[in-house]
Amino acid sequence: MEQKTIIEMNHIVKDFNGFKANNDINLKLAKGEILALLGENGAGKSTLMSILSGLLEPTSGEIKVNGKPVKIANPTVAKELGIGMVHQHFMLAHSFTVLENIILGHETTKGPMLDIKKAREKVLALSQRYHLTINPDEKVANITVAQQQRVEILKVLYRGANILIFDEPTAVLTPQEITEFMHILKGLAHEGKSIILITHKLDEIKQVADEVTIIRAGKDVGTYQVREISDQRMAELMVGHAVQMKLTKKAEHLGSNVLQVKDLQVKESRGNLAVKGLSFSIRAGEILGIAGIDGNGQDELVEAITGLRHVDQGSVIIKGQDMTNKPTRRITEQGVASIPADRQKYGLILQMSVADNLVLQSYYHQPFSHHGIINFAAIKKHAQAAIKKFDIRTPNSNLVAGELSGGNQQKVIIARELERNSDLIIAFQPTRGLDVGAIEYIHKQLLKERAAGKAILLVSYELSEIMQLSDRILVLHNGQKSGVVKPHETNETELGLLMTGVKKEGTKLDQSLS
Amino acid sequence: MNFESLLALIVSSTLVYSAPLILTSLGGVYSENSGIVNIGLEGIMTVGAFTSIIFNLTFAHAFGSATPWIGALVGAIFGSIFSLLHAFATINLRADHIISGTVLNLLAPPLGVFLIKAIYEKGQTPNITANFGYTNIPGLANIPVIGKIFFTNTSAPAWWAIIITIFLWWVLYKTRLGLRLRSTGENPQAADTLGINVYKMRYIGVLTSGFMAGLGGAVFAQSISGNFSISTIVGQGFMALAAVIFGKWNPIGAMLSSLFFGFAQSLSIIGNQLPGIAKIPTVYMQIAPYVITIVVLVLFLGKSVAPAADGVNYIKSK
Repeated sequence: MEQKTIIEMNHIVKDFNGFKANNDINLKLAKGEILALLGENGAGKSTLMSILSGLLEPTSGEIKVNGKPVKIANPTVAKELGIGMVHQHFMLAHSFTVLENIILGHETTKGPMLDIKKAREKVLALSQRYHLTINPDEKVANITVAQQQRVEILKVLYRGANILIFDEPTAVLTPQEITEFMHILKGLAHEGKSIILITHKLDEIKQVADEVTIIRAGKDVGTYQVREISDQRMAELMVGHAVQMKLTKKAEHLGSNVLQVKDLQVKESRGNLAVKGLSFSIRAGEILGIAGIDGNGQDELVEAITGLRHVDQGSVIIKGQDMTNKPTRRITEQGVASIPADRQKYGLILQMSVADNLVLQSYYHQPFSHHGIINFAAIKKHAQAAIKKFDIRTPNSNLVAGELSGGNQQKVIIARELERNSDLIIAFQPTRGLDVGAIEYIHKQLLKERAAGKAILLVSYELSEIMQLSDRILVLHNGQKSGVVKPHETNETELGLLMTGVKKEGTKLDQSLS
Repeated sequence: MNFESLLALIVSSTLVYSAPLILTSLGGVYSENSGIVNIGLEGIMTVGAFTSIIFNLTFAHAFGSATPWIGALVGAIFGSIFSLLHAFATINLRADHIISGTVLNLLAPPLGVFLIKAIYEKGQTPNITANFGYTNIPGLANIPVIGKIFFTNTSAPAWWAIIITIFLWWVLYKTRLGLRLRSTGENPQAADTLGINVYKMRYIGVLTSGFMAGLGGAVFAQSISGNFSISTIVGQGFMALAAVIFGKWNPIGAMLSSLFFGFAQSLSIIGNQLPGIAKIPTVYMQIAPYVITIVVLVLFLGKSVAPAADGVNYIKSK
């Protein structure tokens, strides 16, 4: 089905002082088409889309909209050409109503006054036409993430966009919401809107996209019909080498209890209970996955176990010793490794060198320190060994950690935490924002630790990750356990329901597994 | 004194003391809704008070009874000019808002006193002759009972301040400008992506605060202190700031809180005429407004929610 080409980007090159972020990329989008843009982090997807939305100017190359060559000098021009972007991080004012957010910057007015009535009619008409159900008078602070996304889409439609760019739109949604979002995308395309979907989730491309353009290291690797290309092939083209899609997981060898959490109650910063009487345990050689939507007590749970947050009630027992409300260093030395969710804020000191970051947990021990005097030669030697062992891509160990790519920053953290040979490993969103290659590496490392008899607590918002790695999955909803399941006995639909608090019929399974 | 005239006394002195606070707090509401914390209100009030007194002393013979009103406008204009410092430092240079505001507060009083010394060769100005005084509001003053309590021998600037409050509330919540101004205080990135000029909105917010605080200072000087010295503006700006928070960053709320603070201030003046309160030593009455301000801040600061991006500098990425 050949349709009218609406956007054509030919031989786009973007040169940042000699570094070619985009090197001869071609892209073609037809009316009513969903085009996926696939590539690893740093491959140049965002650069390309910034060029299309007028934030960056290409060094060379040509852009045609409806067959006519155009120069998109700034975002206003892009808007006039009907190009709209739905950002990954929603751009919403939380204390404003849905309606106010949609019309902001594009208000209907009666004299100096806002014409709210007319705006409401316009927005409701759009919402009905595209099946984007919203309540225009609700405050954005009170609506779900999926609803916020609908507000973002309406914002773009309200401004008359015909070409919608979605930047990693499903990163924040639950499985049910993703299914619904896929329907919305198809509906938009059906109504004649053209869509560019930036993603690195292969299954989503398979579900909705007509064509996929793959870019790798700034270069165009080709455009393919989605129904004619396999997941495996897409992944290989994106990464540039063969990728193991399925992890081989050895049978578990369970040892003794390493972590026991009993009736844990933890408050969040405003003083409300975030973890409400949670109990579970992890044995050596086991990965316990914690599934759940962001903000259901995961942060507080991890902080309570690692000693960063006060435990109000209940206890945390690590290797038989009560570690409740013990200082963080005491807990670390009890044999706890922690890979935090925010690697830049809590995992690393970005201004410090890779070598220094690698000894953050052990600098005060021999051989790095002797009577309080730091031994820099030992730190450097240790860093060089770790860089080699964990394949950290850095020119040298003196580079500040902030200059590494996300994947390599994560490798520094993993090197630091795993090197200490701890018995309990807490991995909180260990692959957040990483590309397929780095994810594969980190998953393998975690499975290696499992085989070596370590207990692993894996907290992740990515269900596929939880499903692949875990031996048991504990689903967290509103600070409570809404179910404990085995990955091979469940599916994403069931997990999704549990994540929204629909309990399993009969809590028998809960009891026996916890 | 009968009950009616007692009430009239309380109301009119409350209004006199509230007027500067209402005007200044409205400025604070605008600045903070655009995303710029302005603790420099105190310093701007000082500039407003200082410039209006100089104008008043210089031109009273030419403008007669209109002098304080024109003086108030002069104070407001100089207040906005002075607030440009804060706007430039926080919006363009992305300085910390508290530090920049403190600079205004540290700069204004000595600058005023220095210039007074240069002009009048003493530490404080002479007293002005043309002040706001007390007004009977035509028409309304004739209403039985209410007219006597609220509209006779009352403060004209205070009633203007209440009218301005309603106007500024309308602008902030019912107009396009207001929506855009609030959006830059809530989420400047979002506003920017929608084509709203964040810098312009924030300049409007800060300059409005300069205008209103300058007006507030000028009204205070020309209706209460009657001259300018180092101790003319001592804490009224901070009280107005407390009223902004107590009033939940809403013009109407800020006005009501200012009336409350104004009442507290007036008690120390008229307390000795009030049965019951007259027995309390005056020192307690004099510190009362400040103590109430602190108590209110402690009780409400944690609870009321400021605009999300209040005090957050915006860096346009490009």
